[in-house]
Amino acid sequence: MDAVAFARLQFAFTVGFHILWPTLTIGLAWFVTCLSALWWRTGKPVYRQLMRFWMRIFALGFGMGVVTGIVLSYEIGTNWAGFSRSASNVLGPLFLYETLTAFFLEAGFIGIMLFGEGRVSKGAHVFASLMVSVGALFSATWIIAANSWMQTPAGAVADADGIFHVVNWWDVVFTASFPYRLAHMVCASFLTVSFVVAGVSAFHLWRGRQVKASRTAFSMALWMALVLAPTQIALGDLHGRNTLEHQPIKLAAMEGLWETTKGPAMTLIAWPDMAAQKNLYALDIPHLASLYLTHSWDGEVEGLKAVPPADQPNVPVVFFAFRIMAGIGMVLLGTAMTGLVLRLRHRLFETRWFLGLAMATTPLGFIAVIAGWTVTEAGRQPWVIYGQLRTADAVAPVSAGAVGASLIGFFLLYNVLMLTFLWFAGRAAIAGPTDLPMPVETHPGLDGTNMSGRATLPPAPNAPALPGAPHAAGA
Amino acid sequence: MIAFLTAHIALVFAALAVFCVVVYVLADGLDLGVGILFLAAPRDADRDVMMASIEPVWDGNETWLVAGGTLLLAAFPAGYYILLPAFYLPIVTMLFALILRGVAFGFRLQATRFRFVWDLAFAGGSILAALCQGLILGGLIDGVPVADGMFAGGPFSFLSLLGLLCGIGLIGGYALIGAGWLILKTEGRTQIFAREIAHAALILVAVMMLVVSGWSALTVPEVAARWFSLPNIVLLAPVPLVTLAVIVALWRGIWTGGEKRTFALALVLFALGLIGLVVSLWPYVVPRAVTVWDGLADPQSLTFISFGLAVVLPVVLAYQAHAYWVFRGKTLTEHGAYDAPDGAARPESLS
Ligand code: HDD
Ligand code: HEM
Ligand code: HEM
Repeated sequence: MDAVAFARLQFAFTVGFHILWPTLTIGLAWFVTCLSALWWRTGKPVYRQLMRFWMRIFALGFGMGVVTGIVLSYEIGTNWAGFSRSASNVLGPLFLYETLTAFFLEAGFIGIMLFGEGRVSKGAHVFASLMVSVGALFSATWIIAANSWMQTPAGAVADADGIFHVVNWWDVVFTASFPYRLAHMVCASFLTVSFVVAGVSAFHLWRGRQVKASRTAFSMALWMALVLAPTQIALGDLHGRNTLEHQPIKLAAMEGLWETTKGPAMTLIAWPDMAAQKNLYALDIPHLASLYLTHSWDGEVEGLKAVPPADQPNVPVVFFAFRIMAGIGMVLLGTAMTGLVLRLRHRLFETRWFLGLAMATTPLGFIAVIAGWTVTEAGRQPWVIYGQLRTADAVAPVSAGAVGASLIGFFLLYNVLMLTFLWFAGRAAIAGPTDLPMPVETHPGLDGTNMSGRATLPPAPNAPALPGAPHAAGA
Repeated sequence: MIAFLTAHIALVFAALAVFCVVVYVLADGLDLGVGILFLAAPRDADRDVMMASIEPVWDGNETWLVAGGTLLLAAFPAGYYILLPAFYLPIVTMLFALILRGVAFGFRLQATRFRFVWDLAFAGGSILAALCQGLILGGLIDGVPVADGMFAGGPFSFLSLLGLLCGIGLIGGYALIGAGWLILKTEGRTQIFAREIAHAALILVAVMMLVVSGWSALTVPEVAARWFSLPNIVLLAPVPLVTLAVIVALWRGIWTGGEKRTFALALVLFALGLIGLVVSLWPYVVPRAVTVWDGLADPQSLTFISFGLAVVLPVVLAYQAHAYWVFRGKTLTEHGAYDAPDGAARPESLS
């Protein structure tokens, strides 16, 4: 393998890993803010209990997001020097604005959000949480603007050396695909978090522990899901029609459409064979794609063969990734609607198979997000700036050995991190929204204990012990 | 004013870049320093306080590293796409190290049986990050091979003895800032430990400052020419002299001076070292290859970011200061408490 292949693999892996955490934290930050506000306004302890619980998970995810994000901002220089040489005038300012308006805002208030409860007033805690949430949204906005510019470049011209110069900043930021991509991504994060909250609450309801708090959270999450699941599908549809207009070859790959066709069928499932330039084992529904893409029975849609095979993306990757994402969208919609039916019948909290279903949906949002980004990024190939700069020309003058070695390093390190995160977050999630001092009295932190081991909150009477509790270990 | 700034736009952005680096080094220096000292602390309880003292602020400190990187990309792209590939291995290693120490904050808190693993990750990550930054620094002073406007060396061309010396110096320097921070933020036995270790750190940093300055003056002719040519030697003489004075003042005040003194003087010492570095490297973004004037981004890009920098940066500095203010005072008695007693528990404040 050469440096380009390693660099692509490394970028795909590190950015795919990074995006998991923003997906979790963008939505969760708003959920915590909402709980903090409810606690402030109503004074019901259940909201504080839930807020503390979800803040613990949020804190772990946030840390992972920060450290894996810093990697990305340097990788663009270390691995993609050709790209940063070419696009720095355009993307540099966008990244800088992201740092100034988003990262600093998050960093400036995260301490107060996580550790400041009790040190600042309740209202100030709501405010700090709100600032962190807003910062996360700003961050998404800038980074999606940068990515959308790479997908549908506008507002800048390349000179003879291939260096881009900006003519109009408004056009650079508000490119054709930006609003769709931003809305779809933010909605993806909220939807994913809805199902994470629903899944964890379902687990506690299923076990019959912390029932009151879990009911509240389960109900909130399913209301959110009911709104967001159809919204996400509608946004996806709009996004797809935008892609049809601006990146028709990517769309053809998503649909598995080889010939330019009037009134194309929807291919439910097939094996797109790139060598033969056709689908094998296809299962088609006539005219359906024409209906949802062009809103007419006989609309014309461009096929992959409009460009030479060398300029086509990897069709099976795009094709299947799209089906995974859209399939998950349907599953989530189905789950949310089932929840509504059960709620209307007053059986939402007792139906055990539904609690099981809710638990099973917990990871689906993340999988859909990864699949969605795979569609977007792999579908753009062989371009890194669509129609302007080829990925092969974007790479840095570094040796394949160095990139390969660091790729292995990232692979090992990130897997260990993931396991550790799952261990600790899983433990906290299993422990649930208790009001127990978390885990050891002598630990400082989110839990209402202080350094000298003096609990500043009375322990809940006959509260269950934490699994793997440190008291036993005598740490 | 505006006309002056536009006429000297390269200088303005160079100053901003230096500002970001200084703030990063001083701010993250204090929490890297606490990490470097972490395993040296005698008791587990000390480690708890040490980590708690930087927990609310480390993320903000580290964000200056991102700010520096993105400012380089936006204002001096040549610096970004030549230097980052040139220092590929130390940068990636530093990122690994920062990941390890970053996640240790969350995980150590939750860990029970294997806390020592996170102690190790935190301390090891901090030391390794400082070492890598030193390697990059040394490589910068030594110069970077460039051809056709791109980096033209191999994966190991960053390696130099100077880099290693800088690395050791940075470890000592960060440890000194960290010790100063701990004297300020802790009390009792932790504070005594911090005062003791501050001496060792000070000796290390003073020796390494001397060695690095001497070595680069001997081996890099451009640096020697900068410092020892005629008007310069007189104009620049205050830098080493003030540095010496600060070192003496530090040495004499660690036990007897006020609790803020070591921290403040350590910051001054570091700032002086950075001034020396700027003097040695000026006016290059990529040493001896690309100057600040050649490496500058498009004017329309600079105008666009000027607005943000002028308006947002002061706000950012204000609320970062505010975050320090909220968590002022001794860490020991207050951390995480919901009903922290006021007054008595806040004997010292930071600003
Ligand atoms: C949809 C949102 C989104 C997307 C597509 C990305 N990020 Fe991200 N990023 C965030 C949303 C986010 C966030 C939610 O704002 C994070 C997560 C935790 C945090 O502190 O901020 C973050 C953290 C984060 C940090 C750490 C900031 C700090 O020090 O606090 C950096 C440097 C980056 N990101 C850089 C990138 C780059 C270079 C990306 C693409 C190539 C990228 N992110 C994709
Ligand atoms: C049936 C439902 C869905 C449809 C029709 C749909 C449609 C699309 C389309 C067309 C793209 C590619 C955009 C491009 O051209 O670059 C896309 C990308 C994406 N999708 Fe979906 N989507 C659906 C459901 C979901 C769900 C449920 C999630 C996550 C929870 C999700 C997350 C994403 C993400 C993160 C991207 C990449 C970012 C972007 O380009 O917006 N999608 N989606
Ligand atoms: C966080 C969400 C993102 C995910 C999950 C993602 C995913 C991917 C994937 C899977 C690839 C490999 C494509 C291939 O090699 O076939 C890739 C490549 C790439 N992406 Fe993204 N991407 C994301 C956001 C971004 C953003 C915001 C940028 C711009 C700053 C970006 C810039 C690139 C570059 C430079 C490459 C390398 C060239 C290439 O192989 O396409 N990506 N990304």
